[in-house]
Amino acid sequence: MEALAAAFQMVFSVQTLVVMVLASLFGLFVGAVPGLTATMATALLVPITFFLPPIPAIAAMVTATAMAIFAGDIPGCLVRIPGTPASAAYVDETYRMTVKGHAETALGVSLVFSVIGGLFGTLVLILAAPALAAAALQFSSFEYFWLVLLGLTCAVFVSGDAPLKGMITLFLGLLLGCVGLENPAAHPRFTFDLPDLLSGVSLIPAMIGLFAMIGLFAVSEVLRFSLDANPLAPVSRQVGSVFRGMGAMMRRYPVQTLRGSSLGTVIGALPGAGADMAAWMSYAISRRFSREPEKFGTGHPEGLVEAGAANNSALAGAWIPALVFGIPGDSITAIVIGVLYMKNLNPGPTIFINNPSSIYAVFLLFIIANLLMLPLGWLCIKVAARLLRTPRNLLMPVILLFCVVGAFAINNSPFDLWILVAAGLLGWFLETHGFPIAPAILGMLLGTMLEEHFIRSMIKADGNLIAFVERPIAAGLALLVLVVWGVSAWLGWRRRRAIT
Amino acid sequence: MRLGDAPIGAAFLALAVAVLWHIRDFPPAPGQPYGPALFPGLIAAGLALASVLLMVSAWRPGVQTSEGQAAGGEGDVRAEAPRWLPFITTVGALVGYVALVDRLGFIITAFLMLCSQFAAYRVRPALIVPVAAVSTLLVHAAFYKLLRVPLPWGLLSGWTW
Repeated sequence: MEALAAAFQMVFSVQTLVVMVLASLFGLFVGAVPGLTATMATALLVPITFFLPPIPAIAAMVTATAMAIFAGDIPGCLVRIPGTPASAAYVDETYRMTVKGHAETALGVSLVFSVIGGLFGTLVLILAAPALAAAALQFSSFEYFWLVLLGLTCAVFVSGDAPLKGMITLFLGLLLGCVGLENPAAHPRFTFDLPDLLSGVSLIPAMIGLFAMIGLFAVSEVLRFSLDANPLAPVSRQVGSVFRGMGAMMRRYPVQTLRGSSLGTVIGALPGAGADMAAWMSYAISRRFSREPEKFGTGHPEGLVEAGAANNSALAGAWIPALVFGIPGDSITAIVIGVLYMKNLNPGPTIFINNPSSIYAVFLLFIIANLLMLPLGWLCIKVAARLLRTPRNLLMPVILLFCVVGAFAINNSPFDLWILVAAGLLGWFLETHGFPIAPAILGMLLGTMLEEHFIRSMIKADGNLIAFVERPIAAGLALLVLVVWGVSAWLGWRRRRAIT
Repeated sequence: MRLGDAPIGAAFLALAVAVLWHIRDFPPAPGQPYGPALFPGLIAAGLALASVLLMVSAWRPGVQTSEGQAAGGEGDVRAEAPRWLPFITTVGALVGYVALVDRLGFIITAFLMLCSQFAAYRVRPALIVPVAAVSTLLVHAAFYKLLRVPLPWGLLSGWTW
């Protein structure tokens, strides 16, 4: 109770609330401008969170991402360009609704069911995380080894259609994570006699490089394309009352709402896949089980209800493994974990015991952020036409400048700028050749943890590999890893046979 | 220009072999058999195996399409030549900034970077200099004054504010 009171005090301070409102506006803007993603919003926030106390810092990231994922639906609906990849799944559907003259219904469904999905994911986070943490207190290095391996495995097999390429980027990330002194003998590994590399490859500049730069390169391509043609068709469509008819929608599609929110939360919690994957899968499932599948793609709100709820619930789901195990559920939490470490809020089961007020505060932040979405999202819809006219050719270079200054600000190290450049180029190369990026990030982030638990287990077991599966939970996790590998191999084999 | 999976696989294989070669010299951890070479060794072995599999799948026609489709197919629009210009200007601006910022200072370098980028994105000429100047000064005020990030002054060292 005392912890809960402390949490309320932290969350309802003037500073936190001001940060949340500002972060909301930032998130809505980033989400509504096509090409800028929720992950990029988080990466751009990192240098600013560096100068905030822990709870406002977390508040900024939670609010900005929730808003960005919702706001991504707006340009999709009005001009048929998804604001973030998480809205791409149903962009045709919402645009058709607009063409039919139902723009306000489409935007209303996006907003209301984003809030419902977000709150559902938060509820699961509140219920599941402490229970998982209690169980995780019994974990030894064996369980952690398998858990991290399971996370990395999921990242490879869940996140993309090219598991072999995912595996390669995962190994690259793990190798990058090996750089530096942090290893059993504190031997400077792969440092090439550069003192800057002794502490390893700086994670945040590398992540800004990998995510934000790819976004910029991609946008610079799109930009060039759209400049040649027609920048953005002016949006003059009138948007009526957004909330009208939403009660009827809720009564009409309760199963879809629940299914989308649950699937979204689960997909979010699985490492490597986040809001965009959740939206694609939910939309597909909605169509598959719909009583009127023929209406999908013609401006029918059913899939939008389900997928719109799914991508917002995925955000909260991703925090479950991030808080309990320090294993990120998506690319956003991968960055968040880096910030948590900087703030001395090291994720793991013990944080639930040692620092319950911070955990309660995170839960509260999620609830407030999602509730805040109703008024601010409504406001954003009202000014959407103006937002969409933001000249992106002025915006992109300034964002590039923000990336550079942000990467420098973490350690005030000029060397980190070169890491940013290298990561940006590497990420661009991998992306254009069909290699998924998420496994590389996860490998870098979790490499040290995997090695530590692996070596510790090896020493405890005295090299006897049987000991890795002797404890029941460890055996169960090992089995899960094998199942994921087996199922993926079988699916790959089936697809290959289907092609030949 | 997109490379095929086979040469990329070969490059990653070479990287894995180089890592395996390099870690032979790592000293053992004192008092225990599992040293700093074990983990990177396993990773490099895994990378080598995955690279070989990638090369094999590139040579076997049926399999290539499955990975190729995931990459957006052979006719990927990103391969078109004109898209290179914005990419190169972005990378050029970035590398130029990193290389020059210590010597010229943040304000001059950022201003030049923004000007060149705006020009590359065909911003109206009359807007380029004022918008670049205002954005540079705003970013400088936010990070140097408010967040106390020690952005270098460079050539302007005598006129700090």
